[in-house]
Amino acid sequence: MTTDTLPELGSIEPNQHGYRDFTLGKFIFSRDQYFVHIRWPNGTHMLAADAFLRAVQRDVAWGFFYGIVNFDTVIGTVNHYGTVDLFAGRFNAQYRQAGLDYSENFKTDAISRLFEAILADWTNATFDPFASPEETGSAFGPKNGSNKRAITRHRVTAKRMIGAPGDEPVRTDDNGFPINRHFTDVPQDAPEVHAEPGFEHEVVSVNLFAYLSRSDVTWNPSVVSVCKNSLYCPTTEEYILPIIHGNDRVEWFVQLTDEIQWEVEDRDTGAVRARVTMKAGDVAAMPADIRHRGFSPKRSMLLVWENASPELPALYASGKMPPAPVQF
Amino acid sequence: MASHRTRFGSLQHYEKGGVEVIKDDPRNYVFSNVFEVASKAKPYEKVAVGKNIEYVIEAIRAEGTSGWRVAAQDEFALVMDGEVEVRLIKPDDPSLVPAGSHGSIPLAGDPRGKKMGRVRARRGHMTLLPAGAAYQFHAGHPSVILLQTIAGRDTVERWAQICQTTPRPQA
Repeated sequence: MTTDTLPELGSIEPNQHGYRDFTLGKFIFSRDQYFVHIRWPNGTHMLAADAFLRAVQRDVAWGFFYGIVNFDTVIGTVNHYGTVDLFAGRFNAQYRQAGLDYSENFKTDAISRLFEAILADWTNATFDPFASPEETGSAFGPKNGSNKRAITRHRVTAKRMIGAPGDEPVRTDDNGFPINRHFTDVPQDAPEVHAEPGFEHEVVSVNLFAYLSRSDVTWNPSVVSVCKNSLYCPTTEEYILPIIHGNDRVEWFVQLTDEIQWEVEDRDTGAVRARVTMKAGDVAAMPADIRHRGFSPKRSMLLVWENASPELPALYASGKMPPAPVQF
Repeated sequence: MASHRTRFGSLQHYEKGGVEVIKDDPRNYVFSNVFEVASKAKPYEKVAVGKNIEYVIEAIRAEGTSGWRVAAQDEFALVMDGEVEVRLIKPDDPSLVPAGSHGSIPLAGDPRGKKMGRVRARRGHMTLLPAGAAYQFHAGHPSVILLQTIAGRDTVERWAQICQTTPRPQA
């Protein structure tokens, strides 16, 4: 049953650490100086506060993304594109066998508002959930202000291509995007564009690598080019992907620079299936029945390639499409 | 302060990772490398390195001058290595691209039409190939393009030749 009323957003009075409690359906969220505590009718769980905030930040910014966003091996969300399941233990074989899994379905607006309220209250002034660990202060301690600028960043979703007239702009020093410390050696040269009069809006080229070198966030795929439902969503990665992404369709990765290692598990049970090491120029598919988490020792550029066709989740779930994209 | 070196790949030098199987079939990951694929391809052969239903990413070895092509939808050419000139013409005859056609279509000879312009693109530069515009590539030296497009008649699929099929990467 879908809960379609907006939730009570949280307790009025903060707890002894300065943080408010929040309730969504039968889930209760609270935090202390180090940890987030989650309770549901037949279980409890705790996560480190920084890890929880990084995961919730992605979930909110991505509109619950494609498929499953596991905050860890117990807690997460499933996107049904209009409604969202919040679950505990649903994709954990042991929780399911023990009968300790629990799930509730909410209208997307309701869970978005709740997560946004949690982020606003629990993100201290010193912490940026999108930043790499080396680029942010602490998430811990008693409540210490807020960081609205960090948690409400604009997410880039080009309609045609970044840099095209009327579309998402490229990044520059002047619009607030300096080159990241790990990418100071990335050439910033612009392509030479010679448009004939009247064709300036169609003769378009940008330095994508320079654009990515100026990203101020990590693990945040954002649309830069659109070929019908084929979306290029490059992102810069450093440290560990803050969620474990469970696929509801095939997703592809092209490693543009440096290296990422991916742990790949069975989507439903968490059983380990493979480790994929990607270096510059490598291409790999993530099948529709896995979940994955990436590790990037240095900030790297990753091209995430998505097929946004809305019918895909049902096709894969029904078995009409094989989970691997190519049979050979 | 630590210095950081960004590692790119190229036709001349690329390192390849791979799939280490725990319990799976390595072919599920369709693992390849665009530089390796381009190094073994003919000039302007459109070799699919990614496929998602009708959509593909093609690795293209740019070398010399390509034929002219046109597509019914936008395509995007990302130069991964080298330098490529992209030439664009708006054809006088819009029927060169049949409505509902998939992927790009080769044109016989030089299309008649208005010059739209040209782009000289180097590594990391991404160029829009607008729907309905004829385009031609030129590269003075072997270069690599990654093309975001839809599978068409000239898309080459040779997955067994380009992808890892063993449980461990081969040295």
